[in-house]
Amino acid sequence: MENRSLWKIIKNGLLDENPTFRLLLGMCAPLAITTSASNAFGMGLATTFVLICSNAVISALRNVIPKEVRLPAFITIIAGFVTIVSLVMQRYFTSLYDSLGVFLELIVVNCIILGRAEMFASKNKIIPAVADGLGMGLGFTAALIVISTVREILGNLSWFGLSFFGEDKTGMLFFILPAGAFFVLGMLTAGMNLISEKKPKKTEAGCSGCPSAGACQGCGEEGGCK
Amino acid sequence: MDVFKNICIILVSAILVDNYVLAQFLGICPFLGVSKKTSSALGMSGAVTVVMTLAGAVTWPIFKYLLEPNDLGYLATMAFILIIAMLVQIVEILLKRFIPSLYNSLGVYLPLITTNCAVLGVTLLNIEEFGKFYEAVLNSFAAGVGFALALILFSGIREKLESCDIPKCFRGMPIALIAASITALSFAGFAGLFGI
Repeated sequence: MENRSLWKIIKNGLLDENPTFRLLLGMCAPLAITTSASNAFGMGLATTFVLICSNAVISALRNVIPKEVRLPAFITIIAGFVTIVSLVMQRYFTSLYDSLGVFLELIVVNCIILGRAEMFASKNKIIPAVADGLGMGLGFTAALIVISTVREILGNLSWFGLSFFGEDKTGMLFFILPAGAFFVLGMLTAGMNLISEKKPKKTEAGCSGCPSAGACQGCGEEGGCK
Repeated sequence: MDVFKNICIILVSAILVDNYVLAQFLGICPFLGVSKKTSSALGMSGAVTVVMTLAGAVTWPIFKYLLEPNDLGYLATMAFILIIAMLVQIVEILLKRFIPSLYNSLGVYLPLITTNCAVLGVTLLNIEEFGKFYEAVLNSFAAGVGFALALILFSGIREKLESCDIPKCFRGMPIALIAASITALSFAGFAGLFGI
């Protein structure tokens, strides 16, 4: 029973509430670093590690942190783990560290991590919180790999750095440009909508789980700030 | 003259050529989130420009004169995010106390800025790229203006999209992303301007 519900939490992050395609949270990294699949893979794993660790620590400290200062406390915990990841990566995966650039540090302000801390980790025990971090992280990684696969194959005629037709052939530059990132993500989200239209509609992720909900009351956006 | 030339290059580069939103993908969340109405886009971009300029002006000296000489450079991310969170609070309190009318129009957007990755991104890029204080502050300000330009242009497009007949699966976010793609493509035309 216990194992089944843990699996359910992981599956929830992977598919039903996929952070990138469903919740449209933390959109900077999926757009910026998905020019190659290997970048996407590294970024996804780094984010997953930070998510699991921060979820575990925040869940462990959930009764200690006063409600009023919880956001600064969460952000400090997250920033600590991001610093660990970026130092480790700088030492052992230097080329990946260089190509991710400032976006590695910007995991701190990735809304997925703060969102899960607020929505899940601060209300649940450690083991479910870790499972949630794992599911959401893997969902994020999967989304990054899908987007980057499309962009790298069309834009660079290669996948994970393996070139299809030799190095001298170039693909469609559009997909490597920033514009291509928006385009591919738009098409993929539309595709997800098309598939889910056939299924019964699920409730939207409204303001209830958003870390900024307290701030934007009355901002007048219908259906929450997506 | 060198200083003047430098200023021009930083302004053109941060506002048009390397626009922080459309070319570097910083601050995508507010770009997609508060662009449904031009009025809210105006408020958000005003608040972001103010906080970004202040954050640039505060974090650069702290890094150069406090963290770097003491070999604490690796603490930059942690220090900066706390500084930004604190700045946002201070701006909010000051506005509330002294300019209530401005607070009423910008107030709701201020707390959202803490998690705006454009602000943290600008401060982190500043310390990597710029060696002089005025350059860092100017770049932060120009990044804010670039953010405002992209956000306001894009909100105008989205207001027009509201009245269009769009296939069902594209309604909402997908069509907004496609529109953003076309906006980004137009900004890509600035690449190479003045040899930047």
